[in-house]
Amino acid sequence: MSDLTSAGTAIGGAPVGGDGPAPETPETGGKDHNASLWADARRQLVRDPVFMLSFLYVLVVGSMAAFPSLWTSQDPRACSTDRSRIPPSGDHPFGFDILGCDYYSHAIYGARPSMIIAIMATGAMVLIGGGLGLLAGYYGGWVDTIISRVMDIFLSLPFLLGAIVFLTVIKRQNPYTIAMVLFLLTWPVIARIIRGSVISGKDLDYVQAARAVGAGNGRLMFRHILPNAIAPMLVYATIVLGAFVAAEATLTFLGVGLQPPAQSWGIMISVHQVYFLEDPWLLLFPCGLLVGTVLSFILMGDALRDALDPKFR
Amino acid sequence: MSTDVNVKMDAIPGLDPNAMPLQVKDLHVEFRTRNGIAHAVNGVSFDLQPGETRAILGESGCGKSVTAQAIMGILDTPPGFVTGGEILYRGVDLLKLPEAQRRKVRANKIAMIFQDALSALNPVFTVGFQLGELFRKHRGMSRKDAKARSIELLDLVKIPAARQRVNEYPHQFSGGMRQRVMIAMALALDPEVLIADEPTTALDVTVQAQIMALLAELQRERNMSLVLITHDMGVVADVADRISVMYAGRVIEEAPVNDIYASPAHPYTKGLLESIPRLDLKGQELSAIKGLPPVLTNIPRGCAFNPRCRYAQDVCRHDPPVPLYQVSSARTAACHFWKEVKGDE
Amino acid sequence: MGRYVIRRLLQFIPTVLGTMFLLHYITSLAIQFSGNPVRAIFGDRTPPPALLAAVTERLGYGDPCLDQKGNPCFGLFLDRMQKIFSLNPDFGVNLRLRPVTELVSDALPYTLKLLVIAILFQSIVGIAAGVWAGLRSGSFADNLVKISTVFLISVPIFVLGLVVREFVGVKFGNVLRGQEWIPEVISRGVFSPGFKPDYPLASLIIPGMVLGAVSLATTARLTRTSIMENLRADYVRTARAKGLANKRVIGVHTLRNSLIPVITFIGVDIGSSMAGAVVTETIFNVPGIGRLVTLAARTGESSVVIGVVTMLVLVVLIANLLVDILYAVLDPRIRYE
Repeated sequence: MSDLTSAGTAIGGAPVGGDGPAPETPETGGKDHNASLWADARRQLVRDPVFMLSFLYVLVVGSMAAFPSLWTSQDPRACSTDRSRIPPSGDHPFGFDILGCDYYSHAIYGARPSMIIAIMATGAMVLIGGGLGLLAGYYGGWVDTIISRVMDIFLSLPFLLGAIVFLTVIKRQNPYTIAMVLFLLTWPVIARIIRGSVISGKDLDYVQAARAVGAGNGRLMFRHILPNAIAPMLVYATIVLGAFVAAEATLTFLGVGLQPPAQSWGIMISVHQVYFLEDPWLLLFPCGLLVGTVLSFILMGDALRDALDPKFR
Repeated sequence: MSTDVNVKMDAIPGLDPNAMPLQVKDLHVEFRTRNGIAHAVNGVSFDLQPGETRAILGESGCGKSVTAQAIMGILDTPPGFVTGGEILYRGVDLLKLPEAQRRKVRANKIAMIFQDALSALNPVFTVGFQLGELFRKHRGMSRKDAKARSIELLDLVKIPAARQRVNEYPHQFSGGMRQRVMIAMALALDPEVLIADEPTTALDVTVQAQIMALLAELQRERNMSLVLITHDMGVVADVADRISVMYAGRVIEEAPVNDIYASPAHPYTKGLLESIPRLDLKGQELSAIKGLPPVLTNIPRGCAFNPRCRYAQDVCRHDPPVPLYQVSSARTAACHFWKEVKGDE
Repeated sequence: MGRYVIRRLLQFIPTVLGTMFLLHYITSLAIQFSGNPVRAIFGDRTPPPALLAAVTERLGYGDPCLDQKGNPCFGLFLDRMQKIFSLNPDFGVNLRLRPVTELVSDALPYTLKLLVIAILFQSIVGIAAGVWAGLRSGSFADNLVKISTVFLISVPIFVLGLVVREFVGVKFGNVLRGQEWIPEVISRGVFSPGFKPDYPLASLIIPGMVLGAVSLATTARLTRTSIMENLRADYVRTARAKGLANKRVIGVHTLRNSLIPVITFIGVDIGSSMAGAVVTETIFNVPGIGRLVTLAARTGESSVVIGVVTMLVLVVLIANLLVDILYAVLDPRIRYE
C-alpha cells in the first residue's frame, strides 16, 4: 500500500518506537517530568502555525462528518438532471454534479464515510494492534515469537492487493467491511511500534524497581510501561488516519470501495473524472478536500512527533 | 587526485624546519548553537618539542577534544568556529593556509587517533581499504603496493596474522586490535606530530596498558611528538613529559609532569589528584571536587572555577587570572592564590 | 555470507506459506460470509442451477468447506499450494477458461516497463534531491525538498494520476499536437492521455513517473536524513583527518553508508509499487497486470483477482528476499552477525 507505507516513512524512516518521551515514574518523582513533557509539548504545538492550521482543518472536516447539517441545509439527494453540471454560483458554491445534485452538500456529506472508516480502522488498530504489541513486548519468549511471526506475514501482504481481493470476493462494500480490511492488513504497524517501546521500557530501572516492590503484571504493564509507548503511538495513529482517508478514496476509485449512491469524496472523484476538461471544478473540489485532509493529518503527526520527542528539543 | 602525488611540503611558504613541530597560541573556538554561543576553547596555548609528549588533561567538556579537532582542522563547521589564535606547524599558521594545502598537512605531518575506534573506522570498508587509501591518495601508490604497505603497518602495530586480517572489516576486530588499526592508520604517512584523543578510554584496563606501551614504543622509534588527550591522571604519569590541565576551555595549569604530582599550583589540579584512590591513604575518605563543570554557554565571571573552589575569594569572582602566574621557569598556573595552593600541603 | 543466505532462505519458506495462507483465509472467509462469488458474474439475472454449479466447480469454488463460516479450508489450501508450486504452476482460470498464468504473461511486459521507468525515476531524482538537501542542512534546497515531499506524499496516487493525465496528457498534449514541428513520438506518444499501442514505450513514460512519484518523495526524505546522520558520524571525521579531499570524504565515505537504507527501501518498495501499478494502469489504461486486476474486480471475476494477486504476492516476497541478501552484500555488519 503505497499511501500508508510512504506516510510512515515520511516521518523519517523507522517508526519512532523506543525513543518515546520520558516515562511516568512515580517512584522517582518522574511524574512531574512526564507531566512537564506533555505540557511542554502542548505549549510547543500551540505555537506551531503548521500544527494549528492542520488541526483547524481537521476540526472543520470532522464537524462536516459529525454534523453535516451545520454546514449545509441542502439535501445532497435532491437532484434534477436539468441542473446537470451547472458551474459554481453564490447559492451553490460548488455547482451541480452530473446528476444535477448540489455538489457542495455532496462534498459535506461525503466527509462522513471517509472519516468513519478512518476512525474505526485506526481505533481497532490502536486497541488490538497495540494490545498484541504490548503482550509480545512484555512477555517476550514464545508469545513474542508467535506474534512477531504473524506480524511479518501480515506485513508481507501488500495492503492494496489484499484489500482488493477481500473486497472483490465479499461484495458487501460498506464502511464496516472497508474499515475491517484496512485494520486487518495494517494492525502490525502499530503493534511493532508498541512492542519496540515496551521492550525498551521494561528494562528501565524504575520498572525493575516497581517489580521489586511487588507490582503485578497488569499494574506494571498499564501504569509503568504503557505510558512510555503512548507518544509514539499517538504520532503514528495521527498519520495513519490520513493514510486511511486516502486508502478509502483509492479503493472507491478502483471500484472495490464504496459504491454510488453512497456519498464520498472518492465517488465524487471517480464519477466525474471524465468531465475534467469541460468542468474542472467537479474534480478539483473533492480532490482538494481529500488532499487537504490527508496533508493535515500527516503534518499534525509530524508536528506531534517533533513536540513529543525530547531528542528534537 | 594526481595533485596529491609527491607533495613537497617544503613548498609551503614560511616553513621553518627548525621551528617547533606544533605551537598553539591563544586558540579560541566557539559553537554557535540554538541555545546560544558555547565557548568551548578560550585562549589555549601550548607548544610541543620534537619527540616530546604533552598531556592535555581535563574532564569531559573542558574543550580538550575540540582543541584537537581545531588543530586537525576537522571541526564540524557549523556549528563550530575557530574565532581566534594561531596554530603553527613549523612556524606556519595552519589557520591561514588554503584548504588544499592544509589537507596535505593532515595525516602527512599531523595525524590523529580517535577515542572510539569502532565508530571512527568506516564499517563498510575493509581495514586494508581504509589504510591503503592513505597511500593511494597521498603517495599515488597502486592498490597492490598500498595493500602491501597496509600489511606492513598491521605488523608494525603487532596485529597477528596481518595478511589475512587486512581483508577484514572493523567489527571483526576486538576493541584493542581495532585501536591498533587506528594507530597504524595514524602512523601510515610518518607524521611528525601525533594527537591521541583518549586513545585508551574505551578499552579494558589490561588492554589500555598494552596500547599505551605500544604508543610509547612507536613514538620513541620515530622521534614523534605526541599530544595525549586524556582525563585519566594515571595514564599521564607514566608517559607524559609536560602536562596542560584544562578547565572550561582554558589551560589552568602547565608544568613538567613531576612538578604537578609533587605540588599542584591550582586548586582544580589539586582536586583531581586528591580524587585518585591511593593505597597509602587506605581507610581515609576519598575527596571529590564538589559541584559540576560550568555550562559552556554560561561560564562564570572571574575565574571559571570559583564556584567550586575552596580557596575562592572576592577577587576570584571578579577578575579572571589572566595573564597566567609564572610559578617557576617552566610552570604557569591560572590561580590568584597559587602560592597558598602550592604551599598548603 | 553463505550461512546468512541459508538462514534467510529457511525463514523465507514459512513466510511464503504463511502469507499464502493469510490470502487464502481472507478470501475463504469472504466467500463463506457473502456466498458463492460466481453469482456476481451474472449480475441481476438468476442463472440456471446447473450452469451455476458448473461454473462454480470450474472456477474452484466447489469445495463444501466454503459453505461453513470460519472454516480455514486446509484441504483447499493444500490443494492450491500443490497447484501453484508445481512444475506447471496453476493459478486458476478465468470465465473463458484461460489460465491466469497466460493472462499475466500477456500483461507482464507492460507492467515491467512501467515498473522500470518508475524505479529509475524514483531512484535517480529521489536520491539526487535527497543528497542535494542532505548536504545543505537548513538551506533553501533543504527546505524545498522537505516541503515538496510532504505535499507529494499527501496526494493519493490516483488523484495525482488523474490530474497529470488531464493537465499534462490532455491539455498540454493538445497544445503540442497542434504544433506541426513537434515529432509525433513526443506529442502523441509521451504526452498522450493514456497508453498508446503505437508508442509502447513513449506512452508509458508519464504513467511510470506518476507511479514513481510517491516513492520518490520517500526516497528523497530517507536519503536526506541518512546523509545528515552520516555526515556527523565519527568515521567521516576520521576520513577528514586522513587528509582526503572533500569529494572523496562525501563521495566514498559518506555516500556509501548513507545509501544502504535507501537501496533497501527501494527494493522493499517494489511491493507497494506493484500495488500502485493497479491504480496507475487503471488511470492510464495500460494493458498490464494492474488493469487486469481492476477489470476483473469490477466485473466480479474473483478467480482472476485471487490468482493474479497470489502471483504478485509471490513476486513481492521474492523481491524482499533478494533485498535482504543485497543488504548483506552492501553492509558487512549484517553478513557476519
